Amino acid sequence: MSVSTLQETLDAGRFAVTAEIGPPRSCEPEQVRKLARMLKGSAHAFNLTDNQAANVRMSSLASSVLCLQEGLEPVMQMTCRDRNRIAMQSDLLGACALGVQNVLCISGDHQIFGNHPQAKNVYDVDPIQQLMIFRRMRDEGVNWSGEPLPQPPQPFLGAAANPFADPFEFRVVRLAKKVSAGAQFVQTQCVLDVERFQRFMGHVRERGLDEEVHVIAGVIPLRSHKAALFMKNKVAGMSVPDHIVDRLRRASDPKEEGIKLCLETIDSLKSTPGVHGVHITAIAWEEIVPRLVQEAGIGP
Amino acid sequence: MIIAERKPLTEVLEMLDGSGEITVLGCRSCTAICLAGGEKEAKEMTEALSLHSELKGKSWSIRPITVERACEKEFILPLQGVKGTVLSLACGVGAQVVQEMFPALQVIPGVNTSSMGAPEGMGVFVEKCAGCGDCILHLTAGICPIARCAKSLLNGPCGGSQNGKCEVSPETPCAWDQIVRSLTTQGRLDLLERNIPPKDWRPSRSGGPRRTVNVEAVPGDAQKAWRDTE
Repeated sequence: MSVSTLQETLDAGRFAVTAEIGPPRSCEPEQVRKLARMLKGSAHAFNLTDNQAANVRMSSLASSVLCLQEGLEPVMQMTCRDRNRIAMQSDLLGACALGVQNVLCISGDHQIFGNHPQAKNVYDVDPIQQLMIFRRMRDEGVNWSGEPLPQPPQPFLGAAANPFADPFEFRVVRLAKKVSAGAQFVQTQCVLDVERFQRFMGHVRERGLDEEVHVIAGVIPLRSHKAALFMKNKVAGMSVPDHIVDRLRRASDPKEEGIKLCLETIDSLKSTPGVHGVHITAIAWEEIVPRLVQEAGIGP
Repeated sequence: MIIAERKPLTEVLEMLDGSGEITVLGCRSCTAICLAGGEKEAKEMTEALSLHSELKGKSWSIRPITVERACEKEFILPLQGVKGTVLSLACGVGAQVVQEMFPALQVIPGVNTSSMGAPEGMGVFVEKCAGCGDCILHLTAGICPIARCAKSLLNGPCGGSQNGKCEVSPETPCAWDQIVRSLTTQGRLDLLERNIPPKDWRPSRSGGPRRTVNVEAVPGDAQKAWRDTE
């Protein structure tokens, strides 16, 4: 059974780094391998998204295995949008058989946003129920229907948390529900609104959740004020303060400013009690990840 | 009530191609209330089809019949003797019951049946119930997340809930936002903390077409037979 380096890092109290790899819209393995080789060594584990934004891409399971072959540890994302409890359990068994150590349970972007808005979604279970099912498989050695699994899977189980969605007061309750359902780590939506994130973490600590779950805060390097505006206006559940948009707009070198901004955010997150790591999402700008990690001094 | 809306006339005309005798069936129940298929709409449709027939030289013979409830056999007896095509403005249930009663007729849907819901304002109808067969409204402040959350989530809003709206459309209220507010008002925040386990979907459509039997109401020997199956 493969051991999760991400889990070992977090459980040892060390600051963890994860980064995102978006699988290609084709069956070309080289696209994943190239990114993997470029990013190798810059994070403890790498999230392979599951048909992100509801666009058809190479499966997160196949992409995770390609990463494993390149010597990277994957965090396989699994949405509730595209599979029922039968497919979920089957995919978990398959992933663990192939050496995947970490699984992230998420509801998934609604299909209306993607390239198949005509599709029927599944949502047989929600991510909290998905966690319940996976934890039971691992800890009780049975599938959800109670039948024994001669070799139970041993995934390190994660979930998503969005401190920027509404209703704000419920976001911590939802996190608590995910923790009680089996989440061992959570990766948050990208933090651009640091003030709101700090308030969220205050509630997390008040409930003592920081003792029960590893919070990995999301960060994103922005390349321009247009990227910031896109996040603000087009991405559901995002909070982008105006001062960030203005700062990027005024900058003579917006890219460098975006990197600086991201490093400042990482700095503030590193000193936030209860934050045990950062998750870097650099969509179509993956090559910046090694530099960010190095300059922030957070590499594995 | 069952909510439906009229199909576009062009689509109706396409379906009617090749017809001769056409009966436009209105229903005074749900589709009348949602202004899709009552007596008034059946008359309007008849007029539109007559005009089309005249203009295109179709020589259709068209007349409207409106019944009290197209979904009950007793109420569709006025259709006895009708020949040819029935353009049903009743819901999908009514259309099927008519077809069962009169197998020789060609029943054509004149409306799209969408959901079980309620009027929200003049001309606006909103889905409320998904007919899952295992009601949990007592856990969700009387607001159904299966019907009213775009992802049918049972344990709170996803990350796309913002300012009380669903990520899918700014017109759509986030059901879980409503539930959280409602439970807060009711002082039932304890319910928010409770994890609802994976649902048994067998009583829903996932268990195949459903049959509901109220044994008390079944007469004679048949009641005994149903009791034996219980």
